[in-house]
Amino acid sequence: MILIKCPYCGERDQSEFENGGEAHVIRPKNPESLSDKDWGEYVFYRNNPKGIFYERWVHSHGCKKWFNAVRNTSTDQILKVYKVNEKRPDLSEFQNTLKSPSGEPSVGSGNFAVKK
Amino acid sequence: MKKKYSITSLIQNSLSDNENWGKMWRSPNPKKHYDVVIVGGGGHGLGTAYYLAKHHGVKNIAVIEKGWLGSGNTGRNTTIIRSNYLWDESAHLYDHAVKLWENLSEDLNYNMMFSQRGVLNLAHNEHDIKEIKRRVSANRLNGLDTMWLDKKEIKDLVPIMNTDNLRYPVLGAAYQPRGGVARHDAVAWGYAMRADELGVDIIQNCEVKGIKTDNYKVEGVETTKGFIKSSKIGVVASGHTSVLAATAGVRLPLQSRPLQALVSEPIKPVINTVVMSNAVHAYVSQSDKGELVIGAGTDGYNSFTQRGGYDVIEETVRAIVELYPIFGKMKMLRQWGGIVDICPDASPIISKCDVEGLYFNCGWGTGGFKATPGSANVFAHTIAKDEPHKINAPFALSRFSDGRLIDEHGAAAVAH
Repeated sequence: MILIKCPYCGERDQSEFENGGEAHVIRPKNPESLSDKDWGEYVFYRNNPKGIFYERWVHSHGCKKWFNAVRNTSTDQILKVYKVNEKRPDLSEFQNTLKSPSGEPSVGSGNFAVKK
Repeated sequence: MKKKYSITSLIQNSLSDNENWGKMWRSPNPKKHYDVVIVGGGGHGLGTAYYLAKHHGVKNIAVIEKGWLGSGNTGRNTTIIRSNYLWDESAHLYDHAVKLWENLSEDLNYNMMFSQRGVLNLAHNEHDIKEIKRRVSANRLNGLDTMWLDKKEIKDLVPIMNTDNLRYPVLGAAYQPRGGVARHDAVAWGYAMRADELGVDIIQNCEVKGIKTDNYKVEGVETTKGFIKSSKIGVVASGHTSVLAATAGVRLPLQSRPLQALVSEPIKPVINTVVMSNAVHAYVSQSDKGELVIGAGTDGYNSFTQRGGYDVIEETVRAIVELYPIFGKMKMLRQWGGIVDICPDASPIISKCDVEGLYFNCGWGTGGFKATPGSANVFAHTIAKDEPHKINAPFALSRFSDGRLIDEHGAAAVAH
């Protein structure tokens, strides 16, 4: 259960939104000249980091508008929300709280909201 | 020394107040080098080590686990076992597992509490009926014991079910009598114990931080207990598999999401089969302790938090209460989440990859427990022979570029 701040409507419960997966995935400009492997990469492969993740959301039970968010998938903490026409924030803006690639964050798995 | 469980050992140990059972496996310090390293000490990983040692004569194996054995999804699922999948490839893989389940307690001399109490998949509308009947027919062509039940037959099996007076009435069901449940901890412990006897080193509380490769060849794993050299590495880390793969420069088509389950307070036996419903998303069975074991759906976004959102449970509990009004006033005791790795076609990946000596057994998504022995068995074959067993050959990573998907989304009897 997380709260998401829709850039148009303000803070709402996550159940009002639908997730659109990874953000900033660009459709290849030359699909006909791609190999099966490269086309497969575009269709099926998405980043799945434990930590900082750029993703899309749509406020489907509200204004129905799409927007982007940066979330820490190890704590569900939303670090930034920005509109689709805004520039992708740089990774260096955010602090990764993970001790190791597969490790737990310093506040414990998923307990960010209660253990602040 | 081989530990044998029998009626005499039970009596003997009860005379000494059960104080002298001894440890089930050693806890050795990791050696510098292993022939095979398995990353992930759940049922699939421990089973892989067991079959590697037993069937393929590999002597020098380590299983490395971040927490304690079975602390991941092996201990977090709703223990349902079935093989009524639509596509041939899946039916073969999952039924390979069911056949192994049937003899696993004897094979490991460890009680899996495997109970073939049958699994029902309910149909709530015209489309469900057509889809489920098609699947029943496909299953029967693959030699599975699935059958179609009408409403009366369902009522006879589960008298407490409300079939008529609800928004989505129950119109029929697929029934697989060989399906059922098993004790999930026992799977990890049984495999661990017998693998240990065959010389496998089980290393707990040791996190793999990265996989070291050189020129598309594995060299070993960097762990919290130092570097371990190995020329073959099998990664069976469920939700964290793609994170580990990334350290070796391998990309996998997986998305990690929380999947929740919950159990109720214990009650007297009321339901002696497993009932699953795709349309209203509720599955329920009753454990030997009397608790109702309820499986919910996945959250709609990627997360590694092992808890999940409340609205997901709410949806499931709503459906449970409508299907079984008798449960309306029950209290839920515990709720938890596990991180499942979902593939675009909702089928697993049991495969080699571009890096020599690196093998993946992942993408089991919401339904990996039922496959544990089968998955471990064919994965051990894949690692030992450096080529897939004919059962897991279709589950190669290459299907995401050649297009031979095994699309079990919706076809697999539950929503993924």
